[in-house]
Amino acid sequence: MKKIVAIIRPNKLNVVKDALDDIGCPGLTVTEVKGRGRQKGITEIYRGREYQIDLLPKIELMMIVADNDVEKVVDTIAHSARTGKIGDGKIFITPVEGVVRIRTSERGDDAR
Amino acid sequence: MVDAALNSGDTAWMLISTALVMLMTVPGLALFYAGLVKRENVLNTLFLSFSAYAVASIIWFIYGYPLVFGADFHGVIGVPSDVFFYNVLESQALYGSIPTSVFAMYQLTFAAITVALISGALIGRLKFGAWMLFIPLWLTFVYLPVAHWVWGGGWLSQLGALDFAGGTVVHINSGVAALALVLLLKGRRDRSLLPHQLGYTIIGAGLLWFGWFGFNAGSALTAGQLATSAFIVTNISAASAMLSWMLIEYLRFGKATMLGAASGIIAGLVAITPAAGFVNVPSAIIIGVFTSFVSYAAISYIKPRLGYDDALDVFGIHGLSGIWGALATGIFASPFINAAATGLVYGNPAQLGIQVLAVGATFAYSFIATLIIGKVIDATIGLRVTADDEIQGLDQAIHDEAAYHV
Repeated sequence: MKKIVAIIRPNKLNVVKDALDDIGCPGLTVTEVKGRGRQKGITEIYRGREYQIDLLPKIELMMIVADNDVEKVVDTIAHSARTGKIGDGKIFITPVEGVVRIRTSERGDDAR
Repeated sequence: MVDAALNSGDTAWMLISTALVMLMTVPGLALFYAGLVKRENVLNTLFLSFSAYAVASIIWFIYGYPLVFGADFHGVIGVPSDVFFYNVLESQALYGSIPTSVFAMYQLTFAAITVALISGALIGRLKFGAWMLFIPLWLTFVYLPVAHWVWGGGWLSQLGALDFAGGTVVHINSGVAALALVLLLKGRRDRSLLPHQLGYTIIGAGLLWFGWFGFNAGSALTAGQLATSAFIVTNISAASAMLSWMLIEYLRFGKATMLGAASGIIAGLVAITPAAGFVNVPSAIIIGVFTSFVSYAAISYIKPRLGYDDALDVFGIHGLSGIWGALATGIFASPFINAAATGLVYGNPAQLGIQVLAVGATFAYSFIATLIIGKVIDATIGLRVTADDEIQGLDQAIHDEAAYHV
């Protein structure tokens, strides 16, 4: 089992969600986050003063997937979230030691 | 006025106008300010307007109304009769064609919004207790005398100063008081203006525009041609100022902003306030277009240069657009709109001189008296919260409340 964390553009969430649905991996958790990478900040102007906003809003997707689904899911996210411009985000993959389904107390792959 | 009979049309309009002006303070102004502040100070900012309204409501009917509108005492103040509104309701007295009680209630809403306006300059660092003490002191020693001078038969009205709905009494008065207090309070640690929820501010701006029809057209005190005239120029000035503020931003940054447009609306409404009921449509366009340049320059160039921390630009918008409006009234007042007033362009340059005097007198009195009140509060209970409270945010630190939870 692997945990996949993807930081994507907020306006790409629906596209990514639909694409994951299409490949049969619908389960995910979404968090609104802020962050920065190489993408430069944006400028906001209030009453004539300019402010550099250097933490940008992003969406963080979190999924737990079976080992043999990892490539498929990662490709799908990368493809559907891409615009080709700086700021498209990143995907992180880490091993998962265990999963528990709270309702039934099932453990392991069954609980995923 | 002795022989006048009650006119139910006028009375109905004044009851509605009273409710409209009330809506300007709570929640109009409260929301306008609250949207502009950090999320940690939202409730405190709303609270300042609501508490101003409540305290003014009580003071006005105990002794405020007669000190403004009672029999004139040497041009300075009204004679305090009818304390606790005693016998006003019972005697069913009339003020023109409307009940005196309606007029008094209408005027209360002006006193309340004037003191609430000041709060915008002070947010993020003012002790709540200091504000609760400031409201009655400032109303008593600044608002009541100035309102008497201009509207209650005091010395400025005897000289012929024109102020249809409160350019000097409300806007210059509150704007200058805000400046004086800010000089005592000093700046915030974090002076950035990053609105936490501009939607509130825009709702507030809309409510203010709407309520201002009661403020300006209601100041006719009758439901007729004069009220309609004031109504139209109020709308024209607000729209003109909104568009000119947008133009300034477009010329400077290539983009218009919604906050800029809302700021322009308020500046335009402030500027037309003394002139509504005296000027025609072309004059209202000039007043509105020019006022955005005045307030924009104050906020973008003068404030940063002089370094005072007028947090939400009360002096920049209400003080300076109020001054421009008061002067413009002396320039553009048309005897064809209102036989009571003739301005410079209709051949009466003396009116402009009187307006300058009224502006100067209000500015000087409000500034000095507010400084004294501020000093007294600072020396007794203190004006400013602790550094820790300021950093934590006032909602949590001094009210044990939070506007937003995770």
